[in-house]
Amino acid sequence: MSLARRRTLRRDGVEEGIRAGLFLCALVSVATTAGIIGVLAFEAFEFFREVPLTEFLLGTRWTPLFEPRSFGVLPLVGGTFMIVIGSSVVAVPLGLASAIFLSEYAGARLRGVLKPVLEILAGVPTVVYGYFALTFVTPILQRFFPETRVFNAASASIVVGIMILPLIASLCDDALRAVPEELRQGAFALGATRMEVSLRVVVPAALSGVLASFVLAVSRAIGETMAVTLAAGQTPNLTFDFRESIQTMTAYIVQVSLGDAPAGTVAYKTLFAVAALLFVITLSMNLIAHRVLGRFREVYE
Amino acid sequence: MSASKIDLSGSNIDQSGSKVDLRATPQLRARRTRASVFRWLCQAMTLSAVAFLGLLLFQVVRDAWGWLDWNFLSSFPSRRPENAGIKGALFGTLWMISFTALISVPVGVAAALYLEEYARPGRLNTLIQINIANLAGVPSIVYGILGLALFVRGVGLGKSVLAASLTMSLLILPVIIIAAREAIRAVPSSLRQAAYALGATRWQTVRHHVLPSALPGILTGVILALSRAIGEAAPLIMTGALAFVAFVPRSPMDDFTALPIQIYNWASRPQAEFHHLAAAAIVVLLVVLFAMNSLAIVLRQRASGR
Repeated sequence: MSLARRRTLRRDGVEEGIRAGLFLCALVSVATTAGIIGVLAFEAFEFFREVPLTEFLLGTRWTPLFEPRSFGVLPLVGGTFMIVIGSSVVAVPLGLASAIFLSEYAGARLRGVLKPVLEILAGVPTVVYGYFALTFVTPILQRFFPETRVFNAASASIVVGIMILPLIASLCDDALRAVPEELRQGAFALGATRMEVSLRVVVPAALSGVLASFVLAVSRAIGETMAVTLAAGQTPNLTFDFRESIQTMTAYIVQVSLGDAPAGTVAYKTLFAVAALLFVITLSMNLIAHRVLGRFREVYE
Repeated sequence: MSASKIDLSGSNIDQSGSKVDLRATPQLRARRTRASVFRWLCQAMTLSAVAFLGLLLFQVVRDAWGWLDWNFLSSFPSRRPENAGIKGALFGTLWMISFTALISVPVGVAAALYLEEYARPGRLNTLIQINIANLAGVPSIVYGILGLALFVRGVGLGKSVLAASLTMSLLILPVIIIAAREAIRAVPSSLRQAAYALGATRWQTVRHHVLPSALPGILTGVILALSRAIGEAAPLIMTGALAFVAFVPRSPMDDFTALPIQIYNWASRPQAEFHHLAAAAIVVLLVVLFAMNSLAIVLRQRASGR
């Protein structure tokens, strides 16, 4: 075999090796998903051998850490739901209005300032929002509503709303800007004001992108952990009073892991059951959002 | 930013405001009024988001005032607030983020290279891509659960820097992959064609031409991903980062604490003194994040300037 031929063969071998190595790295992400699903399914299965699924999903009392034990997850789901509602009330109008302002009104220069500011807002660690809720938002709420607890759903909702606002603003802005200029010009030519163009032409045309951003933001709010742990409290409480202390699914997971539950105990297994529920909810919301977005892309590309 | 200035940038239909058109019907005038109120409302809402950021920064700095000094940076946590500091948390964060970078950057860039340069379109690759998009939306605490079951207990790394770094790597991997793919995609294909024409193999092309050319973009994405990891607390709590650590880690198998954990711990105490400590630690954390983000912006501008 000639030297040149041998060299080519060796080079091919190296090429194949590198290709395989890179492929393995790409597979890490698939392995991560498999790992998450595997771990959650395995431990949750163990949990459901002790606690029936119906008791978990339909029970209204959550006291897994002390006697008498009760494993109804609804108070945690209710707590998370309150944060979702509260934060959406803050983030949806503000986010959509910001997006309309950015894409329909602001000039390039103002946009260039506002967008990075919103990005900074999105980059602030969530524990900082928690601190802010506890030391600033709650005292203000207490001044206006004296019966507000130190830990309450309202202040956590407000800061989570501010936290997901940039996500909505940024995704909606993208969606609104993807609407062809001809549509706007057509409406203007018919004598519409800029508000009418924005609300009756541009937003409806970008509706699926706008809705997808809401779903993604809600999914983010559901998974949000540190701000709600700090500000909303540790009280599994099936209520709809925003002045009350509540507990979300994520806050429960933090509470248990800070308490150092030994492996194998029921308390340890509840971690995985709650996390599995959390994962299923956020995953399905993300899938819905991507499906909606996919339809949106079809229309304009 | 006066109203007229912004009107100039868009189309010239919405000219309500100073000039009153006497020929306009009452209906038309009402529509124009509504339009200008709407415009004002949108602007006010956008600015309120900006104001909120200002308020947050102002509050934190005010609370931290007088507490952030050299002593604070060089002391370990203490039960007495006036003696407490963040030395352990600073070093812990440094250890954690270094190992996270060592693990996640090579794997993430390699995965991006595979997907952009090697993968042929097919079912498996579609699966990998959908998978990465979905992983980016999984809550960080779920990664923490994975880390707890897999690295802390499963592999037996215990509550160590390494277990936390591995968990954090998995968390930011999708972010790195997505950013690196974009940077690689932006490399003009003429560059690759030229290399192939000279007889370079695929890896030689990637190693000597695509990668160097995509590097600034990749670095930007990496820095942003790492700055996210620095601010994350939930996965660290799950993998057992402790709040009270009166030592500096000496190996990746040591216990540690990190800045967000320390902040959480101080903020969750009822005494006001500890809140000041939390605020001071937040200022340090935000300064670090701000520096990293500025670096990323500079890199991005330099990359787009070429």
